[in-house]
Amino acid sequence: MRKVAIIGVGITKFGELWWSSFREIFIEAGIQALGDAGISGRDIEAMYIGNMSAGQFIRQEHVACLIADQAGLNPIPCTRVEAACASGGLALRQAIIDVASGMHNIVIAAGVEKMSDVPTEGAVGALASASDQEWEAFVGATFPALYALMARRHMHEFGTTEEQMAMVAVKNHDFANKNPVAQYRSRITVEDVLKSPPVCTPLKLLDCSPISDGAACVVLAPADEAKKYTDTPILVAGSGHATDTLALHSRKSLTRLDATVEAARRAYEMAHISPSQVQVAEVHDCFTIAEIMAIEDLGFCKKGEGGKMTEEGQTNLGGRIVVNPSGGLKGKGHPVGATGIAQAVEIVLQLRGEAGKRQVEGAEIGLTHNVGGTGGTAVVHVFRRMN
Amino acid sequence: MAAPPRFWREIPSRYNLIGTRCRNCGKVFFPPRYICPNCRRKGNIEPYKVKGRGKIVSFTEVHSPAPGFEKQVPYVLALIELEEGCRVLAQLTDLAGHEVKIGDEVEMVFRKISEEGEVICYGYKARPVKSS
Repeated sequence: MRKVAIIGVGITKFGELWWSSFREIFIEAGIQALGDAGISGRDIEAMYIGNMSAGQFIRQEHVACLIADQAGLNPIPCTRVEAACASGGLALRQAIIDVASGMHNIVIAAGVEKMSDVPTEGAVGALASASDQEWEAFVGATFPALYALMARRHMHEFGTTEEQMAMVAVKNHDFANKNPVAQYRSRITVEDVLKSPPVCTPLKLLDCSPISDGAACVVLAPADEAKKYTDTPILVAGSGHATDTLALHSRKSLTRLDATVEAARRAYEMAHISPSQVQVAEVHDCFTIAEIMAIEDLGFCKKGEGGKMTEEGQTNLGGRIVVNPSGGLKGKGHPVGATGIAQAVEIVLQLRGEAGKRQVEGAEIGLTHNVGGTGGTAVVHVFRRMN
Repeated sequence: MAAPPRFWREIPSRYNLIGTRCRNCGKVFFPPRYICPNCRRKGNIEPYKVKGRGKIVSFTEVHSPAPGFEKQVPYVLALIELEEGCRVLAQLTDLAGHEVKIGDEVEMVFRKISEEGEVICYGYKARPVKSS
């Protein structure tokens, strides 16, 4: 198996981009990534696209073909990858496997979602289709409701507080304020979160990531050829992917995502590192409780101590492991299919030392963690600077 | 939301709490599974009616509803561990004067679940068991 590196990245602004179409945003991210890698379209041999649900959001299926077509890249193979909100992370993994296998050399992994062309209820319904339609959605569950069940149980088992969850949102908005592509550049306070309207108790509006449009793109190459294209290639040191039951009711625990634990174990093993060596991480904070559970499940702290770790500032700049310096899903925005790729874009910028005011000084090892649904899919990647 | 056949097909489970059980390992599944995840092909799945009594593992009061549930806001959803050991998600009902807590005992009752389009969906909800 060949080692694989990222040689170029691109990302659009995230947010309610009412003036831009699905086609325009993925082309914008792609052009940026190719420019960053210093390659032309002719160099691309294959593409993998993370997209959760263009069918429900813009009534367009067959988007892999559409993307190759509109990018002017026919007839190269282009594959759409779907794993709900982990579609992007999984597209990245498929692209990595493609290059690692030797089948192709220069491969694109991209993600795109255009969510704001349907009313909010439509988007909520589309997202809920990543839960169990027959036994969760049927009885009135939404995604916030399912994560609220996890939050309530986490509070019950470990004494996690609503204030600690709010601190995740405050930190991630602070970071988003420093990220020009973020949806929410506004700073918020713990009190703002606590006073925001209830969505599904104990989760409030400001505990939830938004509905967003956006696209992101990375260019992969074999690691031993990467220096031909860039002085700062970033090595894909580890890749892990795991599944769990679709529905919450089939899980052993409500306060742990076993798919995250297993995907992380595989990624750490492949990268030959322990969790404590990670300096910067982009984790799947679709809700504030999800970041608290993620930092526990990824091994950054003990189970049950995620709230405390957040409260102590250990996940903020200057802390033990900086978590979600891009602003995360909460602050930067969550165009579901693009999220997993956007996380990789941020870690590449961090490891290159190009992350501006949100730069984690001297970061050499970074991690991304992308979750589909309520944890039915998890994808974890470990990245390293190549010296 | 659901096309009539899709809803109709699940009526035994939704109206009468018919799940399944693996004869090989004895594990009960509600909602039903069609292959035992523990025994897989060595398993032997048969229909099994659960009693519909259990305890609340977690709950949430929903203020931002799922499509088809707008008229019920706010409603409470609970993850319930049934006496048979399996867990199920259900809406809580008959809550007047009751403060919901983790660990509360509940029982399944037959109720209207949602109305959307031409199909009115019935099924189970759960209500607190009155301690006498």
